[in-house]
Amino acid sequence: MTTKLLEVNNLKQYFPIKGGILGRTINQVKAVDDISFYVNEGETLSIVGESGCGKSTTGRAILRLDKPTSGEVIFQGEDLLSINQRKMRKKRKDLQIIFQDPYASINPRQTVRQILDEAMDIQNVVPKPERLDRMMELLQTVGLGSHQLDRFPHEFSGGQRQRIGIARALAVNPKFIICDESVSALDVSIQAQVLNLLKQLQRDLNLTYLFISHDLGVVRHISDRVAVMYLGKVVEIGEKEAIFDNPKHPYTKSLLSAIPVPNPRKQKERIILKGDVPSPINPPSGCRFHTRCPFASDICETVTPELRQTNSMEGTHTAACHFIEEIESGRKHPSY
Amino acid sequence: MPETTVNYPVTTPPNPHVESFKNVLKRLKKNKAAMVGGFLILFFIVVSIIGPFFTPFDPSEQNHVNKLAGPSLEHWFGTDHHGRDIFSRIIHGMSITLYIGFFSVLIGAVIGVLFGIVSGYFGGKMDAVIMRIMDVLLAFPGILLALGIVSVLGGSLNNVIISVGIFSVPAFARIVRGSTLSVKKLEYIDAVRALGASHFRIIFRHVLPNVMSPIIVQATLRMATAVLTASGLSFLGLGAQPPTPEWGAMLSDGRNYMWDAGHVAFFPGIAIVVVVLAFNIFGDGLRDALDPKMKS
Repeated sequence: MTTKLLEVNNLKQYFPIKGGILGRTINQVKAVDDISFYVNEGETLSIVGESGCGKSTTGRAILRLDKPTSGEVIFQGEDLLSINQRKMRKKRKDLQIIFQDPYASINPRQTVRQILDEAMDIQNVVPKPERLDRMMELLQTVGLGSHQLDRFPHEFSGGQRQRIGIARALAVNPKFIICDESVSALDVSIQAQVLNLLKQLQRDLNLTYLFISHDLGVVRHISDRVAVMYLGKVVEIGEKEAIFDNPKHPYTKSLLSAIPVPNPRKQKERIILKGDVPSPINPPSGCRFHTRCPFASDICETVTPELRQTNSMEGTHTAACHFIEEIESGRKHPSY
Repeated sequence: MPETTVNYPVTTPPNPHVESFKNVLKRLKKNKAAMVGGFLILFFIVVSIIGPFFTPFDPSEQNHVNKLAGPSLEHWFGTDHHGRDIFSRIIHGMSITLYIGFFSVLIGAVIGVLFGIVSGYFGGKMDAVIMRIMDVLLAFPGILLALGIVSVLGGSLNNVIISVGIFSVPAFARIVRGSTLSVKKLEYIDAVRALGASHFRIIFRHVLPNVMSPIIVQATLRMATAVLTASGLSFLGLGAQPPTPEWGAMLSDGRNYMWDAGHVAFFPGIAIVVVVLAFNIFGDGLRDALDPKMKS
């Protein structure tokens, strides 16, 4: 029996654009526009999409690092967006984040000892006399040596810094960790190490991950389920196998077709979209993908498609497209 | 690993503000002018501490037989209109000058940093209000503002310190606000927020240490301005009262004898120039050493 650990309902994050001499709000960037999804306990849900589609904003909104415009973030039955600051500070113990850039995500003026001690001190998770033992344990968990406890961040490599970031997140014994492009800044061999570390930690500590990435290879490696975002909306979500092997949304298909294939002789269909991603300031009406979709017709411009399941989809797989059936049966042809 | 991973370069280089002390020192050593300034400052500090014990005369000992005498072996810098030894007075005045400089900068820095950091960190209305007040303070010419404050508080050495301190506040507030704005956006601030840290902790443990280098540079440069402003106030008779051997006051005394005994004004003037110059070139060098990007 799987239980939902985190549920996001109708989350919206609009950033105001101020202008004029009075600093009035003249427009809004609709970074995340009405999205809903859930994460089961112990699983990894990945959010993929190109830059600027709202992946990271979603993560930050869940943690209330930026205050969302509206919506609900229900964590273990409690709406994180409606509780007060003080309660939220306590709650932060259960939700942690590992950032993208290991050079910017740790305070360069603190030693590893200070970083870890501070984390435990803020949430008061371990009594003072036992903290040193716990620090040693954490360092060992993430694959660093105890002799590195009193070093400063600049004495470490990128991969090691990312491990410090992971240790810091783990210091408060969280249940849920958001990995915001956590391996994108590392080189390939280190990426693999860190990903495997994350996987192992998930098994050992029963962690739940929300994994934000633009790297489909990494996503395929680590996820249980995958959500595809385009311009602030979730266009398709489902089990990893379903998304990768049986994509339904035209955007997902074109995104997946961008994965390079190692066999140079293998012919593959490459779907190249026309144009650029529209601005999230004035996103297209109806289906946001209609300006670039090869299958778009009139209804796409006016009616926003909801996430739905068809007969050819399994599990929790849903996609937001008006023409899933038509495209599948070949009744609708792309107009490249 | 799946075959699709691409090698992404690390997005940002290590924070240039944070460099080991050793590197900063190395760069500072290469800058000859800054080193001269630094040694001069060190020399002034030593002189101001032990100098008064070794001066040939008492700074307020009057000798009316020997008024306005030019420099000689006995009186190196000559004597003033009361026959006091100018050399001894300058040595005694050294500690007063450094005292004014240090404490006025300290007052300015503490208040300014606090305003700047609160303004930058919280932003919004608080930021707007604080920065507008700073703009008003900045709109006055420095000496005029200090003059105004001293004339309200009354002329004395400590009031000069307070007024020069207040006049230094906006410079610190602006610089710290700017640095705070850039530090606050960094991911490690988000990381400690995600851990549930209070604003107080974030400001003092994470923001403040990372905006320290511009503060240090500003403090050094401000020392020069503070010394100059304080001397100016004393010159106008609003600062140190006689017979305190304050350099600005000595300069003012010498003004009346400019044509007959130029040395009475010349030596205190030179002393002020040298101290101000030393702090200025050292501050400039420090800035270049702490932030090598700015120069190139």
